[in-house]
Amino acid sequence: MTAPDQPPPSRGANDARALGGGEFQRCEGCAAVHETRVFETTYEVCPACGHHHRLSPERYRRLLLDDATFAAWDTHLESADPIEFSADVPYPERIAAAQRETGARDAIETGRARLGGHDIAYGCFRFAFLGGSMGSVVGEKVARLFERAASARIPAVLLQTSGGARMQEGIVSLMQMAKTVGARERLRAACVPFVSVMLGPTTGGVAASTAFLGDVNVAEPGALIGFAGPRVIEATVGGRLPEGFQRSEFLLDHGMVDLVVPRAELRAALVRLLGHLRPPPAA
Amino acid sequence: MPPFVLPFEKPFVELLTRVRELRVLAAGDPKLLGELARLEEKTAQVARDAYRELSPMQKLQIARHPERPYTLDYAARLLDDWVELHGDRRFGDDAAVVAGLGRYHGRSVVVVGHQRGRDADENARRNLGMPHPEGYRKAVRAFDLADRMGLPILTFVDTPGAFPGIAAEERGQSEAIAGSLAAMSRVRVPVVATIVGEGGSGGALAFAVANRVLVLEFGCYTVISPEGCAAILWRDAARAPEAAERLKMTAPDLLRLGIVDEVVAEPAGGAHHDHDEAARRLDRALSAALASLDSLSPAALADDRYRRFRAFGALVA
Ligand SMILES: [Zn+2]
Repeated sequence: MTAPDQPPPSRGANDARALGGGEFQRCEGCAAVHETRVFETTYEVCPACGHHHRLSPERYRRLLLDDATFAAWDTHLESADPIEFSADVPYPERIAAAQRETGARDAIETGRARLGGHDIAYGCFRFAFLGGSMGSVVGEKVARLFERAASARIPAVLLQTSGGARMQEGIVSLMQMAKTVGARERLRAACVPFVSVMLGPTTGGVAASTAFLGDVNVAEPGALIGFAGPRVIEATVGGRLPEGFQRSEFLLDHGMVDLVVPRAELRAALVRLLGHLRPPPAA
Repeated sequence: MPPFVLPFEKPFVELLTRVRELRVLAAGDPKLLGELARLEEKTAQVARDAYRELSPMQKLQIARHPERPYTLDYAARLLDDWVELHGDRRFGDDAAVVAGLGRYHGRSVVVVGHQRGRDADENARRNLGMPHPEGYRKAVRAFDLADRMGLPILTFVDTPGAFPGIAAEERGQSEAIAGSLAAMSRVRVPVVATIVGEGGSGGALAFAVANRVLVLEFGCYTVISPEGCAAILWRDAARAPEAAERLKMTAPDLLRLGIVDEVVAEPAGGAHHDHDEAARRLDRALSAALASLDSLSPAALADDRYRRFRAFGALVA
């Protein structure tokens, strides 16, 4: 794999795999132990088995985007508490804790960027923030991403990873599905392309809104992608699920994604696609 | 089949049974009319008292009541010249979803709705109103047809949710739901959705991207079932009533949050006690909702729908 030249930012999300005071990391796929700096150069792909571990939005930015071209949008947006939800702790406290843990305001970053010289409207979900769940902030930022892509006539590239709708926002979170899909359909009507990239996992309300509505759907290898979670399905059917069920390769076999692309080749694949999918001049 | 009576319905149902018996007797003996009037008044009072203070979980039990009217019951009462359409032209016909053409107050419309079964056999066939991908794709066919022909769309939402099964995932459940959301977003005709029973998650929203959204008095609409929510929060589905409180899923909550535009009152004790009266009440609300969209152009209808959903979200000011 080509090691990109910038040093990746700190890891955070991968601490659970750390051994030897952080000097080594265990692979979640094959349990092989490699030096942490090896995983850093491979962007958390196991050199032994190719297992793709979770990667932060900051590192996807470095992996995919042209240097220093990302200009973030809507960084100030924060979620209110529409249904005054409280389980063990009130929702605003959950948000505050997630903000402290991740240093992010919510579960997505969006902005204008360049990828292989192509101007794009870019977004990447942050799974570490409440499971990448889609509430008001994610819905708003995704809708604005599509709206800006349409008005600037630049392709939208959205990397999705999410457990689904944000339960703590109740019915308001469900409405984000209609909101984001509506914005995506306006982009379609404007004949501006949308490349959807599915990372693992992508499930529930995010899988059932924009993820499969790309003009081209791309998935990382081995990603869990589907509407219902495997445990729910197992409980319903009362048995074990087939090997590889709801994984990227399964989706490719069933005609639901166009490409399964290893992380090391993702940038090159996106550059190639963007080279073909140039928005025609506005009608 | 004996009637299915929820525990909190018992006093009302007993009175209602007596009212119905007395109505038959009074028809042949006018001396009983005074007693009938008194009993009817008492029954209405009991209903008002009993149903005013129902918990969210009790309302959901009414929304799930096995004798509640379903899409085909409303179609039979509201429409003339009903023609049901079948199949997604790709895989099969999903009986959990009904789509068809009918005439509503003299105007042809497209109807799409979830359909539960009335007994065990029918529920097996209709999968308890939980669609597979081909159900959403049949709906998309109907939405696109309505769009081309300029026919208003009426939807009836009543589902526990999308079916969590192996085949549903194999055939692209996520894409099918998203495709239905997309088709409803695109159409340039009036769309009125009614949550007539249980509005369960993405499977419900798939038929509810409408210009106007109505909910019946005991209808519920939620991002996750209270059972599912309780299982996630406390690993204990038995705590569903608590989760139901917190999810704000009942008609008054939905109206307050702006998710629905109107709550349609049900007959005393709930729509299952009187399908005809439930349909009459819904008819008045539906025809008013459609009339309110009459002046909008095709482009304005799509814009109106986009703005409606674009506005949902709670951000810190
Ligand atoms: Zn490995």
